[in-house]
Order: sequence, then C-alpha cells, then structure tokens
Amino acid sequence: MTRAAPDRDPARDGVPEERRDALRRDLATRRLGRVLGWAVPLVALAFLWLPIAVLVGFSFNDAASVSTWRGFSLRWYENVFSSLAGGGSRFQTDLLLRSVMNSLWVAGVSTVIATTLGTMFALAVARGRFPGRKLFDALFYLPVVIPDITMGVSLAVFFRIVFEAWQQWTGMRLVSGFGTIIIAHVAFNVAYVAIVVRARLATMDPSLEEAARDLGANDWQAFWRITFPILFPGVLAGALLAFTLSLDDFVITFFTAGVGTTTLPLFVYGLLKQRVPPEINAVSTLMIVASIVLVALSLVLQRRGARRSET
Amino acid sequence: MAWLVLFFLLPLLFVGVASFMTRGAGGQPIQPWTLDHYQRTFDVFGPVIWRTLGFAALTTALCLMVGYPTAMYIASRQRPAVRLVLLFLVLLPFWTNFLVRTYALITIVQREGLLNEWLVRLGLVQDPVQMLFTPTAVVLGLVYGYLPFMVLPIYAAVERLDRRYVEAANDLGANDWRAFWRVIWPLTLPGVVAGSMLVFIPAIGAFVTPDLMGGTGGLMIGNLVQSQFRGRGNVPLGSAISMVLLVIVFVGVLVYARWGERGDP
Repeated sequence: MTRAAPDRDPARDGVPEERRDALRRDLATRRLGRVLGWAVPLVALAFLWLPIAVLVGFSFNDAASVSTWRGFSLRWYENVFSSLAGGGSRFQTDLLLRSVMNSLWVAGVSTVIATTLGTMFALAVARGRFPGRKLFDALFYLPVVIPDITMGVSLAVFFRIVFEAWQQWTGMRLVSGFGTIIIAHVAFNVAYVAIVVRARLATMDPSLEEAARDLGANDWQAFWRITFPILFPGVLAGALLAFTLSLDDFVITFFTAGVGTTTLPLFVYGLLKQRVPPEINAVSTLMIVASIVLVALSLVLQRRGARRSET
Repeated sequence: MAWLVLFFLLPLLFVGVASFMTRGAGGQPIQPWTLDHYQRTFDVFGPVIWRTLGFAALTTALCLMVGYPTAMYIASRQRPAVRLVLLFLVLLPFWTNFLVRTYALITIVQREGLLNEWLVRLGLVQDPVQMLFTPTAVVLGLVYGYLPFMVLPIYAAVERLDRRYVEAANDLGANDWRAFWRVIWPLTLPGVVAGSMLVFIPAIGAFVTPDLMGGTGGLMIGNLVQSQFRGRGNVPLGSAISMVLLVIVFVGVLVYARWGERGDP
C-alpha cells in the first residue's frame, strides 16, 4: 500500500546503493512497529486480567495460599455460605451480608435521588434562561474532577460543623450514618447523571417540543409525552452509572460513614487492613461475578432503551 | 442547584476556611487565623507532594506507553465485533470494585505471591523479592487501576482518524516513523491529552493504592490528608493539605481545558 517502505528487501529491486540503507531502516521500523503493535496490547490485556484470573482460580484452592496449588476445593465458599444455613463459621458472613444490604440500600436510595435531581439540573441548564448559566454548566464538572479524598474530607468537616451547630441550637445530637452516606453519594452522583442526560439532550431535536406546543400541549404534557420518553435512555444510563459508582465508592463513604453503616467496600477494606482471611478470595470472586452480571444486565437494558427510542 | 451548592461548594468552602484556622485541643479548627498549616504543608510534607507528582507523572507516562498501542490495536481491527470484545476486555476490570482489583494485584506481587514463586522457581532470584510496600508497587497499582482511562479516549481519537492521511503521508515518501509523528500523533493528541488528564488527576488524589500497596516510602498526599482526619487528627492541617491537592488538580484541569478534547462527551 505504500511506496516508502516496501515489505521486500530493497536490494532485490534494483534500488540504488545509496538508498538501500535508508529503505532497510524503514523496513526494520515497520517490522518493529508491527511486532510492538500486537505485543504491547497483549501485555496490557494480560496485565489487566492475570491478577483477576489468579484470584478467581486460587479462590478454589484447598490451601490458604495464592501461589501454591493444593487441589480443588470449595471450602472457602462453604465457609462464606455456611452461617447462612445456620452452621457455625469463623468467617463473619453475617457482617458481609449486612454490608451487602447496606450497600444496595445506599446505592438504591442515592440513585433515585441523584437521577431525579441530575435530570432536572440537565434540563435547567440546557433550557433555562437565567443569569450564570455558564457558571452552573462548569459546576457540573467539578464533582467529577475533584479527588475523592478532598470530597470525602470536605463532607466530613461539613457534617461535623453542621452537627455541632444543630446540637447547640436544638440540643439534639446527630451522628453520621445512612443519611450522611446517602447525601454524600448523591452529591457526587448528581453531576454524573446530569452529564449523561445532557449528552442525550444535546442530540434531541428541539423542534419536537415546539411541535407539541403548537399542537396545543402545555409544558407538562410536552415534557411527559415528548421530552421524557426521548430522554429516557439517557436517564436510565445515568441511573445505572450512579448505581455502579455508589456501589463501588470507598473513599467518600469511608469519611462519611458512622457506626453500623459498613458498606461492602468498607467491609472489604477492613478485611484487607486487618488479617486478610483466605475467604476473601471467594468473596472477591463473588463480587467480580456480580459486577459482570450487572454490566451484562445494564447493556441489555440500554440496548432495549435505545431500540425503544428509535421506534 | 441548591444541592450542589449546599453539599458540594459549601463543604469545600468550610475546608478552605478551616485551613486558615488554628488546631484546637481535639483536633478541630478554632480561631485565630493563621497561615502555619500551609507553611507546615510545604516545609514538612514537601517531599511527599513532590513524590506524589512524580508517581502521578510516571503512572501517566506508563499508561500512555501501554495504552496508546493498545488503543491503536483495538481501533485498527476490521470487524466491529472484535473491536467491541477487545474494548470490553479493557473495560470490564474497570467495573470490578477498585479494592478487589487492588487486592488481586497484591496477591500477585506480595512476598508469598505468584510472581515471587515463579522467580524463585525459575532460578532468577535466590530469595523472594520484597515488591509490595515499595514505591514501585504503588506506581504499578496506579497503572493497573487507571489504564482503562487512558485507552478509551485514545481509542475514540484513533477511530476517528482518517486512514487516508496516513496513506497519503506514506505515498509522499514519509516512512512509518515520520508518518506516525507528523500525522497520527498530532491528530490523536486531543485523545492523548484527555487520557493523560483522566489518569493524572485521580492518580494525584489516590488514597487506596498507596494505603494498601505502599510502605512508608510510598505515601502520597491522599494518605497525609486521611491521617489528619482520623481520630484526634489535625483538621486545619488536613484541610490545608487538601487545598494544596485541589490547586494541583485545578492546574491539571486548566491544562485539559486549554489543550484537551473540545466539545461535550
């Protein structure tokens, strides 16, 4: 396809002596580029997947080791599940289960609130005519770029100050817990939802809404009959993103959680920080499987949503 | 809007204010105003700040070196299904919990891990090498965590690239090296800048990776901030450190806004 670097040895083509070296060098560059072109991606994929594969593989190891294979066994899974069946186990399965429930609860509630608020913000910024619209537009991106740790500590300081003020004012003592975690999760998720919904809004034809109004629909009807159905795939995608981010978040939750509100990432962190029980391989594998199922489910939902919006 | 202002801007404002206050008996901020914490941040923690910048820069460079060829490879596959599967393979680890992924990497590089096991077995080293709790481990963990962030925007840029430009460059006598640096690289630069920022910014604020994989030599700004906020910490000092972190991130964002990809996502 190219003239500059033939794939054959230039010596055979009657190329003048003085150009042969240059062409050989070009040829060597092309060959090197080709090798690196597939070798580097291969290394990258292996790098990304090998640790996960090893973790999953060794979760079935009979020994409590992640390097020496001692035969297939389901004992770690049995330990995780045995207390479910009422059997005694040295693994804190009840704690694990409670943290899973806490995570789902926090993610569910914060997703509903964040999706509602985020969609409203997206519409307000895209359609609204008010001073400082540009500034609000930039504000959206702030929670996305600010480091988790800064957001976590700022919310921790914020809640501490608000709680102290509240106690002095009313004498009631407030503590961190689900409320603070959910507020924190909504605080960062609103921005993600708004960005996703705005992207969808940008592709929408504004004349559709105008047509609805011309045909006699009021604002409310125009929104629910025209705008919302078109936006829906974006809203759904934003909600799924919010749910995933909320389930996955560790750092911000770490700073806003209270006693008895351990979420799954906090639980896993506790295990890693203390004594790293061998059951953690099984727990991790279950979490990986769960996230893959969740991704597959969200793709199916999104595809269905996209198809519906086309018809 | 009120939500963003109340639970986002106001907390940041509080941290900003607290960073100029004095540490109280319980670690809480009290009057009078002072600049001491900023001075301490730079005097005592200067090396950690520089180390954090170094780690983040190294992580970004490594992600770019691995991520660029990977994105090129995926984008140049002919069949869309193959491209989709490969993209998925890059993205799926990303959907797995960050702590679990970090733990997976720890199991490989720890003293009793698979890597040491094989190094000893192959006779490359006599005794297991201490890899975990070193600066190298932290950078490795950061690359592992943020590599997908680099691949995605570059993939988008390469996919948009018109292949005919490359052919034209070759036809006009440019060898592959020249064609890459004069045509492909400049055209995919917005993707490179976007990817670099997406890696650099979270790497600067990393907390989990250095916490779990770094020893004392691998501490980053995130760990400093965290240690000032736990128990009877020093809230004003922690606030000052996170303000410094915030300024660094904003500089990064400005770089991105100036040279990065234009337009909405």
